[in-house]
Amino acid sequence: MSPPAAESYLSDGRTLWSWLTTHDHKRIGVMFLVLTLFFFLVGGLFALALRIELLTPGRTIMGHLAYNRMFTLHGVTMVWLFMIPAIPSAFGNFLVPLMIGARDVAFPRLNLASVYLYVLGASVTLWGMFEGGADTGWTFYTPYSTTTGTAVLPVLVGVFIIGFSTIVTGLNFIATVHTLRAPGLTWMKLPLFVWAIYGTSIIQVLATPVLGMVLLLVALERVVGAGIFDPARGGDPLLFQHLFWFYSHPAVYIMVLPSMGVISEAVCAFSRKNAFSYRMIVYSTLGIAFVGFFTWGHHMFASGQSIFGSGAFGAMSMLVAIFTAIKIFSWLGTLYRGSIAIESPLIYTLGFMFFLFFGGMIGVAYSTTSLNLHWHDTYSVVAHFHFIMVGATVMAFLGALHYWFPKMFGRCFPAKLANSAAVLIIFGFITTFVPQFLLGNMGMPRRYADYPPHFQSLHVASTAGASLLAFGFLIIAAYLAWSLKYGAVAGDNPWGSDGFEWRSASPPPTHNFHVTPEYPTGPHEYAREEVPHAA
Amino acid sequence: MPPEAVTEHWGSEDARKQAAYLGMWVFIATEVLLFAGLFTAYGVYRSVYPEAFRAAQLTMEVGLGTLNTFLLVSSSILVALAVHAVRGNRPGLGGALLLAAALLGIVFLGVKGVEYSHHVREGGLPGDAYRFAEVPRVGASLFFTLYYLLTGLHALHVTVGVSVLTVLGVRSASGAFGPSYATPVELGGMYWHLVDVIWLFVYPILYLS
Amino acid sequence: MNELLRRLFFLPEQGSTFAVKVDHLHYFLLLTTLAVAVGIGTVGIVFLVRYHRRTASDATPRVVAPTWMEGLFIGVPLSLFLLWFVLGFQQFVWVMSPPQDALDVYVTGKQWMWKFTYPGGPSAIDTLVVPAGRPVRLLITSRDVIHSFYVPDFRMKRDAVPSRYTDLWFEAPKPGRHLVLCAEYCGLDHSQMRAEVVVLSPADFESWRDAQRRNLPVAALPGANTPETMAVRGERIATAQGCLQCHTVTGAPHIGPTWLGLYGRKEPLEGGGAVLADEAYLTESMMDPLAKVVAGYAPVMPGYHGRLSAEDSGALVEFIKSLRPLRPGVTAAEEPVYVPTGR
Repeated sequence: MSPPAAESYLSDGRTLWSWLTTHDHKRIGVMFLVLTLFFFLVGGLFALALRIELLTPGRTIMGHLAYNRMFTLHGVTMVWLFMIPAIPSAFGNFLVPLMIGARDVAFPRLNLASVYLYVLGASVTLWGMFEGGADTGWTFYTPYSTTTGTAVLPVLVGVFIIGFSTIVTGLNFIATVHTLRAPGLTWMKLPLFVWAIYGTSIIQVLATPVLGMVLLLVALERVVGAGIFDPARGGDPLLFQHLFWFYSHPAVYIMVLPSMGVISEAVCAFSRKNAFSYRMIVYSTLGIAFVGFFTWGHHMFASGQSIFGSGAFGAMSMLVAIFTAIKIFSWLGTLYRGSIAIESPLIYTLGFMFFLFFGGMIGVAYSTTSLNLHWHDTYSVVAHFHFIMVGATVMAFLGALHYWFPKMFGRCFPAKLANSAAVLIIFGFITTFVPQFLLGNMGMPRRYADYPPHFQSLHVASTAGASLLAFGFLIIAAYLAWSLKYGAVAGDNPWGSDGFEWRSASPPPTHNFHVTPEYPTGPHEYAREEVPHAA
Repeated sequence: MPPEAVTEHWGSEDARKQAAYLGMWVFIATEVLLFAGLFTAYGVYRSVYPEAFRAAQLTMEVGLGTLNTFLLVSSSILVALAVHAVRGNRPGLGGALLLAAALLGIVFLGVKGVEYSHHVREGGLPGDAYRFAEVPRVGASLFFTLYYLLTGLHALHVTVGVSVLTVLGVRSASGAFGPSYATPVELGGMYWHLVDVIWLFVYPILYLS
Repeated sequence: MNELLRRLFFLPEQGSTFAVKVDHLHYFLLLTTLAVAVGIGTVGIVFLVRYHRRTASDATPRVVAPTWMEGLFIGVPLSLFLLWFVLGFQQFVWVMSPPQDALDVYVTGKQWMWKFTYPGGPSAIDTLVVPAGRPVRLLITSRDVIHSFYVPDFRMKRDAVPSRYTDLWFEAPKPGRHLVLCAEYCGLDHSQMRAEVVVLSPADFESWRDAQRRNLPVAALPGANTPETMAVRGERIATAQGCLQCHTVTGAPHIGPTWLGLYGRKEPLEGGGAVLADEAYLTESMMDPLAKVVAGYAPVMPGYHGRLSAEDSGALVEFIKSLRPLRPGVTAAEEPVYVPTGR
């Protein structure tokens, strides 16, 4: 095969140094993609070890301490090193400037700094893992996290540093979307992925500093005995939970909003249709970003929070579910009268919609407050957030990877193999996490190294599913790696998509566009004549 | 970056300015939320331990705190005047005003240091190190922890601000800025005003009331 | 129907009155979810088959959702969600408000065990015995980190938070045994922090409790129904100020000396000597606890000077005076009055 485009961002300087010092948003996006994939692998290996341990009650391959460290590292790696940066920092960096017809992001040097902050934070966290790793869970609940003897401090510091990387990325996107849109590209013509990244960025810049402060306080508690969260010194451990979830609940939307953006793009591209209700998707994106800040107390229904407080937080959480329901309705409507191509990104999209619906409905059930008392901190919660984090976000991540792989690297991948792998992943997911939901119904609490024997059969089913998932990921890694070098040359727009990013070459040249593109309509306007409604 | 590349990237000088301002405002928002966590903790514990907080507050040196407030507000005014001077094409005067503001910032840090040394002598230290006999430990140790966190984090911001103002002052005095290019001075000024405004919240809750 | 759905969704036995209520909401919600999921799946598959891409250049129309349809798709889920919320929140309020006549049991979580104390004795580790058909209120706290008292059969859990009490009540309709698990991660042996609720018939429960009490010195606790005496007030303050975090009323030494039988006792002091635990000593120990520390205890108690009024400290002394070991066979009058702390 001949190399793809003669001149692209990939061929503009081939030395390692040219990558390490680049200001090009596309190269930064690719670097984030490689880094987050690496940590996805690390976190996935932890998950596999956990699943193997849970095959039998009692000890299977590791003791309690090893298990406790392992699930903490799984959570920390997946949340902060993979989920949060995965779609915004990798795909957002690569695509947002392309989608808005800009040459780069607003602050390219800051953008490069965010890579180094991420690497620094990740290294400190990794160092903590080698020091023995924390055993607090990714939530660092006090007073356990301030009293346990494990290496909590490096993990806290690592996450603190990664927080800055997140803030810088978010700040950059906000400024980029506000000031660098090409002439004629008005707000309501923006691609839905850009809207999703914009909403995410708002959460990132407003919530992350609170996390930084709370982690700092826990660190101080460990180092100098500050006493802020320590009941023995007059502090209140519940204040930690309030501050922590003030960040970490919106952080869930940092993880899921970008994936909704990916799906909005993929649904339109693979059904050759405009979004069924562009307006509602935009408003619900901003709605989730806003309301997400007022739902944190739904993590604390069982903590002794006031009854009224729990009710208010429960009702607010219902609103988020409404915003999500609107999106699902709009994506389904987009398929209506489309020209639907069954390609791997579309398969992931369908899986995404289904899992998001299920995960979301379990979330609605929690918000009724009374059901939460049974499900809180059980495997039902584990299943719920894996439905959202894996079933939705990872599906969307894989969908994005497949949809934009030709754009990023100018090569196609074997389509049939990709479709089979997508189906395998979806089945693997169902077998892994539906048993976990049922385990939660049975009353199996989370973070258990050992369990009463009547839970075993469902654990075995879940582990079997996890091995299917692992197998699926291996296949994907293999054919994508192969395609990087040997895949068919993609051409500029292999999917025939009307998304704005496809207007530049694939892979794009360093300057993205030779001529500034014009934007007479919004993205994905495949038809030129108007059909007023679905009659 | 050569000028033509700049216009290519930004479209226009206006967009560039707008991005710089927007970026600064977003940054200020993150700073405010960073302090918000501490203010929340203060509010919570003050309502839990009203007497201890009151007693600890009475041991604060209101005179020094008020002096510091005066210093910061004055330096903020100087910075505002400096921005005005640079916009009015008097970068030399602007530079002098910025350096004066930085000097006031340094005096502020000095006064803060004197206060800290008094607390250390009395034993008003955070957390475990607390050994201040006058006020009971429970609650008051939290007050002092929060005192050090709030003023310490603020002092860190003052230190950064002083460095920024010094660099800007020297560059302005050497004529680097003018009416067509005042953005760095304006952004530095915004940052200094933020530092000032945060102090205007820290001061009353720690020293007054 | 109930039994069928319970097994279908892998729910455990319904061991409390709340479990029956909440399971009905559970079925309603999950069945609706499944129905809508089938609906979405069908629509998706129909679209996929019907609008499958046939040629590379299929023309598609521009279709935009009409406003009424947008309204419908917001309104229908919203009303359904609100209905669920109203139903669920009613149950939540009901289950968060313990009835007046409940039997109180103090529950203390500790790495990695549960301790149950009945006012007036006895206390037990890892086995909670309760009568059937009577509401039981658990007053839950923790000695170290946060735990969560979880009984799957009751569909209920509550966090055990150090330095404060949370409460949880349930009524088990019939005798049986139910597993208790810790649901909040609390360290190494979190997964083995288990206990059991044993529900006895009321008669069996009474005889069990009498038998237990005969073997213990019992704290004579003041009556709950009489006007608030100094001692009752003292007990309320002891709970509110967290005294009971470190001092037991059962005779067991903890972080501080037990209060049971403390009044009038000669206590050996750290560093030699002894002191008679009278009103003066007790008050001094509240205000300046490190002045005279009883031998064998660490000097860790915070001073309460400025935090307790003279009346409060007097009431506390009265409360301690009331805690005398009784002759075997005499049972305590009533359960103590519980006042929730720091919400």
